[in-house]
Amino acid sequence: METNLCVAGFGGQGVMTLGKFLAQATCDSTDKNVTFFPSYGAEQRGGTANCFVVISDEQVGAPLGDVMDDLIVMNGPSLAKFLPTLKEGGTLYINSSIVDEPTDRPDVKVVKAPVTEMALEMGNAKVLNVIMLGVYIGYSEVVSPEVVWGTIEHKLASKAKLLPLNKEAFEKGLEIGRSQK
Amino acid sequence: MARVLMKGCEAIAEAAVRAGCRFFAGYPITPQNEIPEYFARRLPEVGGNFVQGESEVASINMVYGAAAAGARAMTSSSSPGIALKSEGISYCAAARIPIVYCNVARGGPGVGAIQPAQQDYFEATKAAGNGGFRMLVYAPSTVQEAVDMTYRAFDDADRDRNPVLILADGVIGTMMEPVELPEMKSEEEVKAIQDSKKDWACIGHKLDYANRAWIQPGQWDTVKMQQWNEDAYEMYKTWKPEVEIYQVEDAEVVMTAYGISARICKSVVDILRAEGKKVGLIRPITVSPFPYDAYDAINYDICKTVLDVEMSIPPQFIADVDRGIHHRAEIETCLCSGGNIMSRDAVIEAVNKLLAK
Repeated sequence: METNLCVAGFGGQGVMTLGKFLAQATCDSTDKNVTFFPSYGAEQRGGTANCFVVISDEQVGAPLGDVMDDLIVMNGPSLAKFLPTLKEGGTLYINSSIVDEPTDRPDVKVVKAPVTEMALEMGNAKVLNVIMLGVYIGYSEVVSPEVVWGTIEHKLASKAKLLPLNKEAFEKGLEIGRSQK
Repeated sequence: MARVLMKGCEAIAEAAVRAGCRFFAGYPITPQNEIPEYFARRLPEVGGNFVQGESEVASINMVYGAAAAGARAMTSSSSPGIALKSEGISYCAAARIPIVYCNVARGGPGVGAIQPAQQDYFEATKAAGNGGFRMLVYAPSTVQEAVDMTYRAFDDADRDRNPVLILADGVIGTMMEPVELPEMKSEEEVKAIQDSKKDWACIGHKLDYANRAWIQPGQWDTVKMQQWNEDAYEMYKTWKPEVEIYQVEDAEVVMTAYGISARICKSVVDILRAEGKKVGLIRPITVSPFPYDAYDAINYDICKTVLDVEMSIPPQFIADVDRGIHHRAEIETCLCSGGNIMSRDAVIEAVNKLLAK
């Protein structure tokens, strides 16, 4: 069993951090193999940033797969760029604040979360990635929520005052993910 | 031992520190910047020294100097930067100075592309500098392998008094993966390693010491120079190639690849074997010396074609594969280049095409 995930969005939306949190949680929690591979082209501000996470029971073969099982899209340009890589019957997670549900892929399951608006309502635009990570975990259950939260807590240890906000963000995401199962 | 999630470049640097590396000099270039960055933070913690040189040429010569004084020393760069270091590497080989260096290879030639590639194969294995010296060259296909190879490379370099190259690529360097790190050598062990080099290293000898250290990247005397080359050649002959031979025995199509491409090919073997297709893989772990004999493991009565898979156009690794196969089978290729990463689907398609032949 191997899950290929692509996370894509604007630079600054925390897509790399989202991917790294997930890879770290997988490493911490299970005996599964995991790879995190960031795209590092000649990126421009406002351009797309993306990373690939592969979680597998066997050794990971290709850290960058040709076909994605899951796709998290945080902005419009990323949807256009990566939707063709999502497998038939795959799962698409969209930031529904600024990404419209695609009309040309009736085969894929779409999980929607308005993470930009939610983050702004919570008073910190930066937590949109943690909300989306919650959505992904809540829906996919690829790693247990407790372990993922433990990883976030550990990574944010030096910024303890941000923990309550991130906890709230993660839990709101989990709820949305679970409710769309 | 507990596994930790680390980026390839950082894991390589940590492995080097644990092996006793106490000097690093380098110059920034993508995709290997996390190696110097990690050393810059880590070496002061263990009493080592990090220098960001003013250029690649300066950095390799600093490493040459530190290693000549007995320190375990390392540098790293990526393809065009490695080319700049080639003079210093050749001098280290000529002066028989043990250094370890890492090429986190990217697209080429020239400045090329900053993304991963395997286009430095000939440079790494045949001519890493002038003069025809040889080196042990390891080709990791996972971050764990990069760690283990870097750790042992320092022992190899000291044993042979010769440079050792870790030939990685931009995928290995930038990806994160769980690794188990090797044991940290104690300060006493690191000191003992340095002391063991007193016979030849410029560690500081008294004026009347008979066997004063003298670092010479060449000889004035042609007879001595030939003798030097003969001695080096004898040393090169002591190396044993390392290889992984995977599901080859009954294979109708055998893939051969190294580094990141080999890792992708290995998963192709598993995918196609699950469909009942008889495919295998030969993966050189050392690309210098090259495991030519490994290709004797192929049953040429049933395997008529070998698929060479590499991230280089034109292919380079194929030259050594060709020598290993020695006209016993045809060689077809599956290639990409210039910063594109080998597609697993492209490899599967190429293998299926050969199986259908």
